[in-house]
Amino acid sequence: MCRLALKTASEAFSPYEVLTAMEAMQEGYDGSGLGLLLRGISFVDYKYRNSDPILSGIAHTEGALHRLHDFMQARGYQLKYDHEFDVNASLVEAQDRHKYFVRVYGTPDSVKALSQEELEAQYMHTRLDLRQDGLDNDADLTVFSFWPDVVTIKEVGWPLDVGNALGLSDGRVKARVVMAQGRQNTNYGINLYACHPFFIQGIATMTNGENTAFVPIKEYLTGMHHPGYIGYQSDSEVFAHILHYVTKQLKLPIEAYKHVITPLRTEELNVHPQGDFLRGLRNACRRFIIDGPNCVIGTMPDETCIMVQDGKKMRPGTIGGKPGEWAMASEMCGVDAMIPDRDRSLDFQPMRENMIIVSPDRKEFKIWSQFSPFPLHQAA
Amino acid sequence: MVSIQSIPSTPSSLTHIDLQWIVKHREDRCTLCGKCTSVCPREAIYLTYRRQRMPKLDILRKQRGSEYRTFTGVRQRMAKANRCIGCGMCASVCPNEAIAPVPNGNDARVRMMQNEKGEAATRGGRRNVRYSLLDKVMFNRISMLTDPALDAGRHEFELNTLLGRVLAPDEYLRRKLAGEWIPPVREIFPFVIGSMSFGALSPNMWLGLLQGVAYCNEVLGIPVVMATGEGGCPPWVLKSPYLKYIILQIASGYFGWDEIIRAIPEMQCEPAAIEIKYGQGAKPGDGGLLMWFKVSKLIARLRGVPEGVDLPSPPVHQTLYSIEESVMKMIQSLSMAWGFKVPVYPKISASTSAKAVLNNLVRNPYASALLIDGVDGGTGAAYNVSMDATGHPIASCLRDCYLDLAKQGKQNEIPIFAAGGVGKNGNVTQNGMALIMMGASGVHIGKYIMQSAAGCLGSERNRCNVCNIGICPKGITSQNPKLYRRLDPDKVAERVADTFMAIRTEMKKIMAPLGRSQSLPIGMSDAIGIEDADAAKRLNIKYIC
Repeated sequence: MCRLALKTASEAFSPYEVLTAMEAMQEGYDGSGLGLLLRGISFVDYKYRNSDPILSGIAHTEGALHRLHDFMQARGYQLKYDHEFDVNASLVEAQDRHKYFVRVYGTPDSVKALSQEELEAQYMHTRLDLRQDGLDNDADLTVFSFWPDVVTIKEVGWPLDVGNALGLSDGRVKARVVMAQGRQNTNYGINLYACHPFFIQGIATMTNGENTAFVPIKEYLTGMHHPGYIGYQSDSEVFAHILHYVTKQLKLPIEAYKHVITPLRTEELNVHPQGDFLRGLRNACRRFIIDGPNCVIGTMPDETCIMVQDGKKMRPGTIGGKPGEWAMASEMCGVDAMIPDRDRSLDFQPMRENMIIVSPDRKEFKIWSQFSPFPLHQAA
Repeated sequence: MVSIQSIPSTPSSLTHIDLQWIVKHREDRCTLCGKCTSVCPREAIYLTYRRQRMPKLDILRKQRGSEYRTFTGVRQRMAKANRCIGCGMCASVCPNEAIAPVPNGNDARVRMMQNEKGEAATRGGRRNVRYSLLDKVMFNRISMLTDPALDAGRHEFELNTLLGRVLAPDEYLRRKLAGEWIPPVREIFPFVIGSMSFGALSPNMWLGLLQGVAYCNEVLGIPVVMATGEGGCPPWVLKSPYLKYIILQIASGYFGWDEIIRAIPEMQCEPAAIEIKYGQGAKPGDGGLLMWFKVSKLIARLRGVPEGVDLPSPPVHQTLYSIEESVMKMIQSLSMAWGFKVPVYPKISASTSAKAVLNNLVRNPYASALLIDGVDGGTGAAYNVSMDATGHPIASCLRDCYLDLAKQGKQNEIPIFAAGGVGKNGNVTQNGMALIMMGASGVHIGKYIMQSAAGCLGSERNRCNVCNIGICPKGITSQNPKLYRRLDPDKVAERVADTFMAIRTEMKKIMAPLGRSQSLPIGMSDAIGIEDADAAKRLNIKYIC
């Protein structure tokens, strides 16, 4: 089963720290792939301004890199910084990685003038168009994210080896939030788009376990004809899209995500203070009910971090840490590895009705329960 | 050989080996109690004295002769009205296992004679074909090591479904915020007792079903609902708290709706839903039919008609000029009758035109669901040719409709219910869950519940199938008190509860290995496969071999 680790801290830290958590969780795990998502970025070599979008991905050929360059230039994006990883190719299983790119761009004035919503759509379309361009050219270009303050790295192989291959231990790139997923049962023939964390318009999730309700959920998302609801090479991609749909499309508070994917039962809703509203929400979003077993860990554009379980809670995740620094992991030893000097008695494993929310101030983690009143004035 | 005139033979002469069922009688076991002849609903057999020659040989006198003995035997009647239907009631009452009907292994010629006086064959039951595609569907996305299978016995399962129009999430939020009307939605058990009218069913059967349904809801916590066919509902039920378990049907004859409309002010609760019947799978394009045999005093009163007359409903509603008009007028006016608080949905026969109906419903804000009834659906009375040869199987019709909705992203808005042949060979839960995974929100079962809860003897080998003429040997579909008193409503209720408890368990046993427990696996087409490449391709599911 896949391993999940997230660390969020007020002070930026090296993503390599999270890879050591992967190492700690290695028992019973074949560690065949790694996905990393970083937020709150700082580069040692470059003074980054966090409103500039960063493009992350892999160019598999020189030609693809040129096309990428031309593509961005044609759209008016000016390359401000091109992060060079100190790559040790011998540690990478796959042979067709020409360049791992993490590029900071200056947004053209025409795009800057757009409203926030239009701007976000523009970033998403740019990513999707590049992705399509790669697919149209024998999959020679893989694009993971194009978003301000977000870097994504995905590769096949043992997580720590991948980190070493990219020289992540050198501390040249740091982040305040790092999500890492260690894959299980992956081989180098895998489509890299099937790797977690999944990303759409600033929202990212990663998951372990299988999503047994995948096909009906995928069909429903696809039927919405949202340009970003594509892919689904992994059954877990829907978790990111549901979170996007709930918070961006429906504009509901993040707590609604839990009510959508694992709604309360009828008898529980009957005694809930907003039962009427929530019952309607459950019915309307019935096709998004997940069936796990899954632990879903997600992050939002404002660096809020969340963790939820499916209704069966067969993949319990753990959160622990101290003010200013919190870690979530699919196994307890992962939390130990990320934040050893914490009060372990305060660690918490969310129950089926809980959602763990670490807000950007990182002072505490909130254990929100579905039985609590729903934080939406319109519902009351 | 003698000339034909000397033997009583006419073109329609039959003998017992021409019939579909041959009554075998063993004289050595018969006690002459006469129970078989008195129980036979067709009067198909009669006891008669026979004479048998006993050869007598006197060896000493070298003479041959005959003696005759008289014995009592059973003879089968050949007339159309008295033909044995194979119900086996004779066997069930015989104290000595001396009598039983057996299917005729020969070619029964009787079918060729079933047009006496120019009347084509009519019957009850369903298409006389035993094959069921649904039986071939297997659930094969089994949770193995990657995600653990669940414990069906201990785990909690969400098995219910929704009946009613479900708004798209954004529209729901908008209306909730604006305080606008939210369409009514019922949370029900996905196996619904399908439309069988008070008139088609005997009072005891109806009462038993209702008692059973109430028990399922109130004691077992299984929210089963049952649908009335056309023909209304007894006034005491309309004014009772049990109405909430009942889907009232309105069909082209509008029978029983005077009583229903009059009872509205006195109703304690709302009905579960209103079903508008535009068609049924067993006889598409045909209206309901209650033959005169069954129009008793009670039925006549409920339907507002004279006693003892045939009640054929027209094939279309009088208001039906076009589908748009029908949808507008009927769905809207029936919604209005209950203050837009009751789901109203149409029932149609499975047909190549079902998608057009569905797309129309999607655009109608008051349409709550669509029930599609396939060719294997049953009926109380229809022409044999309609039942056997007219219609469309449910699986591909449902699948086409569901995938069409999915393409539009509307599959959560208009729930599709499927019917017609669910449990035909006894595999009710397997058949129902197969349809659910193809995209149905639930299924309706009619014939199966008659068989399971009341011991209906009808089969696809044309056993019994006389629901149309009111002589149901078990008292299920008869309005004759002598017959329906054979059925104890309490026992029917008990069997209804047994049936739904078993379905609930089987649902869990299907869902648990698939790793599903949090919601009904509607449209989980990756979980099913079929050992029939053509069907797999047509249904867009996996071919397995």
